[in-house]
Amino acid sequence: MAVAAPTQTMNNVEAVRATLYEALKADPRTIVLGEDVGARGNVFLITKGFIEEFGPERIVDTPLAEASIVGIAVGMAMEGLRPIAEIQFADFIYPAFNQIVGEAAKTRYRSNGDYTCPLVIRTPYGGGVRGALSHSVSIEALFYHVPGLKIVAPSFPADIKGLLTSAIEDPDPVLFLEHKRTYRLVKGEVPTGRYTIPIGKADVKRAGDQLTVVSYGLYVHQALDAAARLEGDGMSIEVIDLRSIRPMDKGTILESIRKTRKLLIVHEDNKFGGIGAEIAAMVAEEAFFDLDAPIRRLCGPDVPAMGYAAPLEEEFMISTEQMAETMRELVRF
Amino acid sequence: MAKAIESPSFERYGLDDDRLRWMLRNMHLQRTLDNRGFQLNRQGKIPFATGSEGHEGIHAGAAVAFSRGKDVLVPYYRDIGLCLGIGMDPLEALLSMFARGADRSGGRQFPNHFTSKAIGMLSISSIIAAHCPHAVGVAYAMKYRKETDRAVLCCFGDGATSEGEWHESVNFAAVHRLPIVFLCENNEWAISTPRERQMAIADVVQKAAGYGIPGVIVEGADPLAVYKTVKDALDRARSGGGPTLVEAKCYRFLSHTTDDDDRTYRSREEIEKHRHLDPVPRFERLLIECGIVTDEGIAEIKKEVLAQVNEVTDRAEAMPFPAPQELYTNVYEGTHEPWL
Amino acid sequence: MPTTITMPQLGETVTEGTVAQWLKKPGDAIEKYEAFVEVSTDKVNAEVPSPVSGVLREIIAQEGETVPTGAPIAIIDEVASESSSTPAGPAPAVQAPDPTQLSVHDLTLGREADRQGADEPVPGQTFGVPAALSASSRTAGAGGGSNGTAARGADALNAPDALRRVSPAVRRLAREQHIDLSSLRGTGTGGRITANDVLAAAHQGPSAVVAATVEAAPAASQPSAPPAAPVTAPTTARTTYASPILGETIKLTPARKLIAQRMVESRHTAPHAWTMVEVDVTSLWRWRTAEKDRFTREKGVPLTLLPFFIQAVVRSLRAFPLMNARFTDDGIYVPKEVHVGIAVALDSNLIVPVIRNADELSIGGLAVAAGRLIEKARTGKLSADDLSGGTFTVNNTGANGSVLSAPILNSGQAGIITMEAVVKRPVVIEGDAIAIRSMMNVCLSLDHRVVDGSIASAFLVDLKKRLQAMGPGDTL
Repeated sequence: MAVAAPTQTMNNVEAVRATLYEALKADPRTIVLGEDVGARGNVFLITKGFIEEFGPERIVDTPLAEASIVGIAVGMAMEGLRPIAEIQFADFIYPAFNQIVGEAAKTRYRSNGDYTCPLVIRTPYGGGVRGALSHSVSIEALFYHVPGLKIVAPSFPADIKGLLTSAIEDPDPVLFLEHKRTYRLVKGEVPTGRYTIPIGKADVKRAGDQLTVVSYGLYVHQALDAAARLEGDGMSIEVIDLRSIRPMDKGTILESIRKTRKLLIVHEDNKFGGIGAEIAAMVAEEAFFDLDAPIRRLCGPDVPAMGYAAPLEEEFMISTEQMAETMRELVRF
Repeated sequence: MAKAIESPSFERYGLDDDRLRWMLRNMHLQRTLDNRGFQLNRQGKIPFATGSEGHEGIHAGAAVAFSRGKDVLVPYYRDIGLCLGIGMDPLEALLSMFARGADRSGGRQFPNHFTSKAIGMLSISSIIAAHCPHAVGVAYAMKYRKETDRAVLCCFGDGATSEGEWHESVNFAAVHRLPIVFLCENNEWAISTPRERQMAIADVVQKAAGYGIPGVIVEGADPLAVYKTVKDALDRARSGGGPTLVEAKCYRFLSHTTDDDDRTYRSREEIEKHRHLDPVPRFERLLIECGIVTDEGIAEIKKEVLAQVNEVTDRAEAMPFPAPQELYTNVYEGTHEPWL
Repeated sequence: MPTTITMPQLGETVTEGTVAQWLKKPGDAIEKYEAFVEVSTDKVNAEVPSPVSGVLREIIAQEGETVPTGAPIAIIDEVASESSSTPAGPAPAVQAPDPTQLSVHDLTLGREADRQGADEPVPGQTFGVPAALSASSRTAGAGGGSNGTAARGADALNAPDALRRVSPAVRRLAREQHIDLSSLRGTGTGGRITANDVLAAAHQGPSAVVAATVEAAPAASQPSAPPAAPVTAPTTARTTYASPILGETIKLTPARKLIAQRMVESRHTAPHAWTMVEVDVTSLWRWRTAEKDRFTREKGVPLTLLPFFIQAVVRSLRAFPLMNARFTDDGIYVPKEVHVGIAVALDSNLIVPVIRNADELSIGGLAVAAGRLIEKARTGKLSADDLSGGTFTVNNTGANGSVLSAPILNSGQAGIITMEAVVKRPVVIEGDAIAIRSMMNVCLSLDHRVVDGSIASAFLVDLKKRLQAMGPGDTL
């Protein structure tokens, strides 16, 4: 039996906060910049108290200008700092699109390694919080297409800490997505002390042999719940939390498919052109002769965003029951 | 030969004769390399070139104000003279034009998108003003590390001052009083769009007031005035005085690039009307009048520059292209599977 | 009309709130929009305005208590008044079916959600999914919402010819295993041949593959079933165990004979020792109360305290493997598996079906497994497998109202544990205050040849900790 390392119970907000705190403590090159990260301590109170401890030079309240939040962080990174830029809500990231896609992701490539861009862009995303059109979106697919960028979306406190530490220490730009519905909802044990989880490694959160469910973010938790319910019906479902969206952990997905022969992909971002499309295509290319059922995707609908009204948001989001129903169908197929 | 009497209007700002001749040489080198790019393009040897004719005075002046080994230049794609002036080897310009494997970007970048961490020259993209926040980030790092002998020189054209990222950058630098000089090389044209279609104000420096920083206009055809203005602004930046917006007025005598035909949007007469702003003959005249160079000396400089450009052209052309497999390197640190 | 006031969601990501101060006391009149309670969360502090005019009838959440958003905190008796005819604005504190809450409780996350306070079981507290949002109504055909699972995807599973065609995996396996697919009957949807069907055919020969459910072997045909006799015990005697005639002797059924034999054997072979702890299950009780209706609706089995208890027990058994061991002539055998027997009292006998590998099941899974076994026991459908292999036994003696038991060990096991009735008692809690808590005694009989009292006590203390740590927000 493994000796249990000392742990602390944290929710996801606390996990992000603790990791940032440790990074700021450990390395004076680390700078946090974004809107309201100073005195307010970020709108979710993630950086509360940081400005008092680390000073306004390291906890930088920026003007309301997302392009330059990222752009200035790119410059800092090129000059040897370790900036952690925050976009207050993922919905506000669009003005920074050029800086992320056109600049940060291409710095190493265009200078052939002369300059690098070790940068973390943190942003809360996702719905289920009555955030309406501009505080609910998932943005990962927009950036998924971009080589040079890494995208991480862990949703367990221990994964957040390990992956955020990896992101901060990564020599390349990392988009770090935090599902805000899970911020205070999800709690768990987090090992104390510094540790990393490699970017690009998925995690089998639940083992099973009749169906592979691939998800990330809030829906991982619902998928686990659905799988647990179906266990009572004798169904054995494997749930993979991608944790890292890019690079994709092909190995873990394929290994699972070869065992279960069936794949369900669940994500909140809309289906068309989404992360699931890439996974489905990859599996179809590489594991066609292992498939015993059509690949299924349970994703957000093809609409611009979820509405503010409860029924509109509810209609957008996928319930645990729906997941369970689809899982059941696939297992029985 | 002109008389060696100093003109009463001649202020050399402490620059000695050698330095002034070096500036003239830099201007000729820039112009010769510009021409070479257009020549190679018209010969079908390279797909694309960008000219900077008309900007030589700005580049020579700003280059002398730049503190090598300390300051950081965040140039834009028309800054070949400035890049040469702060220490870039002319061979680099040709390697870039020929897109050879030995080019610092490995033949990836368009010509005139130089990079050299070694000499403090930031890598840029072609996206207008996208480099301005990077310059501000570098300046922030300098201030954060209390490196009071360093500053950033961030260059761009007049068109860039319409971009949001430019405004955001100037604003942030102003708020934090960062050690940075924003040098606008206003050549009146953003490809085909004239300045009056770009902004409703006569001078770019008027924008400085909106951010609470000083704005200074300087005659771009006068490298000494540019030197003095940029030097003062950099000194001010280094001593904690914050950013300055310098608007160096000049004129773009060539098409935007080899792919552009400026006859479609401006007349030859208009160009000729601005010929008096050509910084090269003006600076030659000044140095001759002041007895710093002779006609023969200038001929010698031109000959020597041409020989150097010919030599680096031949050398660069003889070098190999990057291997096709180089397409796949430096996407991330370490290896990357491009066919995932 | 009573209106239940719930903890409002103050902030997008907030999942719980603490009652900072009641600005009104029971009996006080409250005007609509008048602040009547101050609530603090980890994001904001706010006064909560009343959604109705009326009289504060009852305070449910006391000052200092932390409860999940959506949990009831007070009841106001609404007074019909002129103001009530004005159109009501959005009233944040009314217990309306808030869909954002759906996912909170639906997810059953937030392990520590409200461990700190609010421990009193709240009668009638519901966390259930509003009926309108349940999966069945959302997927019940074309007339309803479009958000059914079918609407979410190109439904290749339901394409007309999908079932007649074979999947790539089936095709490959059939080729590799030399199976003639036309000879198979599939077990998949609509008789589709699945990959497993091909593999089964490869194992047994093609003709063996049939669509079949595994029939449990009749218990009676397995007389060697070790722990207890699997019987339905029909008796022809005039006087019976179920309805004894006074003054007569009841003939022993085989089942009763076996029970007698086993009990004597156990009592005489294993030196029994006995110990007990009392456990505060206030939080657990509240959680189970909150979940039970929804669970029953969805799973078709009741959600009793038993599965919660079993899960805590198996985790403690994992921590104290000797408690899961058995005494043999060769020594103390410590099995790898944790198979938990659950004592089920029937009309005329006692039976102990076994949840195999109970440590691999969630609470929900345990509830379903236990529910199935109990149902099978009551209908006489237990198989020999269902009755064999137990490594430890749980006895829900509290179901009959007992508060203290000294159970006899199941032969071959080191321990048997009881969960006694949950009763509310005044208890001294932290800070030397007296509080009314839901308490449960847990009694353990142990085979002293296998474990000593110190291990048994440590096991019980560990179990107690686990039970007391369970509460709303844990994973079901």
